[in-house]
Amino acid sequence: MQAPSRKPALPSEDKRWRIVNGTMRRHGYARDALIETLHTVQQSFGYLDKQSLKFVAASLHVPLSRAYGVATFYHFFTLKPPGKHACLVCLGTACYIKGAAALVAQAEKTLGIECGETTPDLKASLLTARCLGSCSLAPLVVYDGELIGNEDAVHLQGRLEGWMGS
Amino acid sequence: MISVEELDQIAETVRTERAQGRHQINVCVAAGCLALHSDTLKGALAERAQSSGISCQVRGVGCMGLCSAGPLVSVEPGAILFQKVKPEDADRVLDSLKAPPAKQHTDLRQTPFFKRQFNVVLENSGKIDPENIDEYIAEGGYRALFHALIEMTPAEVVQEVASSGLRGRGGGGYPTGLKWGTVAKAHGTIKYVICNADEGDPGAFMDRSVLESDPHRVLEGMTIAAYAVGASKGYIYVRAEYPLAVKRLERAIREARRLGFLGSKICGTTFEFDIEIRIGAGAFVCGEETALIASIEGMRGTPQPRPPYPAQSGLWEKPTLINNVETFANVPPIVRRSGAWYSAMGTPKSKGTKVFALTGQVKNTGLIEVPMGVTLREIVFDIGGGMPEGRKFKAVQTGGPSGGCIPEQCLDTRVDYESLKEVGSIMGSGGMIVIDDTSCMVNVARYFMEFCMSESCGKCIPCRAGTAQMYDILQRITRGQAGERDLELLIDLCDMVSATSLCGLGQTAPNPVISTLRYFKQEYLEHIHAKRCVAGECRMAATQAARS
Repeated sequence: MQAPSRKPALPSEDKRWRIVNGTMRRHGYARDALIETLHTVQQSFGYLDKQSLKFVAASLHVPLSRAYGVATFYHFFTLKPPGKHACLVCLGTACYIKGAAALVAQAEKTLGIECGETTPDLKASLLTARCLGSCSLAPLVVYDGELIGNEDAVHLQGRLEGWMGS
Repeated sequence: MISVEELDQIAETVRTERAQGRHQINVCVAAGCLALHSDTLKGALAERAQSSGISCQVRGVGCMGLCSAGPLVSVEPGAILFQKVKPEDADRVLDSLKAPPAKQHTDLRQTPFFKRQFNVVLENSGKIDPENIDEYIAEGGYRALFHALIEMTPAEVVQEVASSGLRGRGGGGYPTGLKWGTVAKAHGTIKYVICNADEGDPGAFMDRSVLESDPHRVLEGMTIAAYAVGASKGYIYVRAEYPLAVKRLERAIREARRLGFLGSKICGTTFEFDIEIRIGAGAFVCGEETALIASIEGMRGTPQPRPPYPAQSGLWEKPTLINNVETFANVPPIVRRSGAWYSAMGTPKSKGTKVFALTGQVKNTGLIEVPMGVTLREIVFDIGGGMPEGRKFKAVQTGGPSGGCIPEQCLDTRVDYESLKEVGSIMGSGGMIVIDDTSCMVNVARYFMEFCMSESCGKCIPCRAGTAQMYDILQRITRGQAGERDLELLIDLCDMVSATSLCGLGQTAPNPVISTLRYFKQEYLEHIHAKRCVAGECRMAATQAARS
């Protein structure tokens, strides 16, 4: 039987696993570092796959069910690989009052997918946020990390079509 | 380690530098203006100043409040504020150092938006560089910590905070001094202090702004609290959606440790305290204190029945003090000036000031701080400048998904915990969204119910199933598929969910429905009987037929 202190080997040679391991080491492999570690995995790999959940769960000695439970409970974590580009529409109250729902509808129509999905060619993901806290710029859309305030459907469509054409 | 004398020296150095007659050009680098590329603007200003040989200091500062006019640039001395500045305006800003500013940049500080405010929490916001601890010290920062640690006993600190009348700014309104006293009295050698920066209400960004503009104020408040209750470890739980706030906090913690305001032997005493940041992962329910504790412990953020309250048994079952960002931010001025000074502001039951995020269909949007007791009308129509051209006021929404919509006839309500409750809303954390007549109130209720339904953690049935049922009914009303019986069921469900849910999320989830039913029942009835939406927002059989 394995000694409980034994740490599982890194899943592969990929350097990113060492970054993940670094986060766990910094927290002394404490169980409460689970969320922090999953943040690092998602930052490094873009999403949480089965392999990473198993590795993190085994390293921190938490049941796999707990790791999976946490990964699916929090909206920030995703178990699916993200698209090359990401369009994130803020659905906070101020954005909603100023027409964010119409922007979502336009994005869904342009990309041919629903919120939370990624196009089959993995070119673009469509996401929504609860509130980004920049409500004075409502309605707000984030294209690959770039915040655009006072967004309108025409500009949004142009931007997304640009991605799909590239 | 640093002494009071050295603190004075740092402050003196900063002040001398400022007094050398050099102008300061302050560019807002909080998230709102950054999204409008104020960092590029800052670079352009610095470059133009250098190339044209103008002696001035170009600094990044925190939020100046009027986010709708961003990017904002202020010039000191002179207190001139420029709005919507583009990199190509750099020369014009620099020209103002020599001559009076051009007319298109009128001095905004003289407008009601700024003149009607009173800043305590935001006193340094927009004035200091949030990434430089020396500037916070120059404004009197960390004096309160010295004062508390060296001249006061923990019990006296608790007493001072209690006498200020400060109440929890996260929305609950629980007296802060009472909470601190309970944790201080709780048995145990290990205690924790948690700062709740999981600002989940949509349309609220007070805490983000404070953390981005004046992070040391929160650290100082937490450290004073730790001394008062006897804690040696603190956590700040921040939303993942606020990366800039996290970055500035990390830097602030490093600087505070360097100068001995965190760590061991704080301010040369035997007191030890350190702070760790925990990043949330996008769950609204984690704003509830027991769910937040579960999340810090690395688990799913589900709440626990109270009692036991965190003050007795919180993080890792130790006595834990949880306050939100704005509450901690109020502590340094209270300790520095006195509880009596603070309690002189506000109303008999709600003391001090409150920060609001004013957004929606109103001319001036941004962050404001007003003394408790001002009316909603003053906020919306004086500070907010009223409705944009051609818009008609319908309601103001406060308290996020736990709050309600306040109609025109209640606009003279004073802003305090009790008055807002009386009109069917709550103070909440400070989101204030102005709604005009193009928004359907049934749809607003549906929007918040969708929020609560998807944010329900699923632990207790009334909230998990009740919010889904209420959402379903509201959805049918907005689609013109509901009958009178549905409305009765909806009202029943409001009672049931609020009375039987485990935590605040479920208990307050019906509030948006209850308040819109109270003031805008006519709209519900028109949707049900006439299949008509006066705002023209809901697409129903009748409206579609009328269009075709």
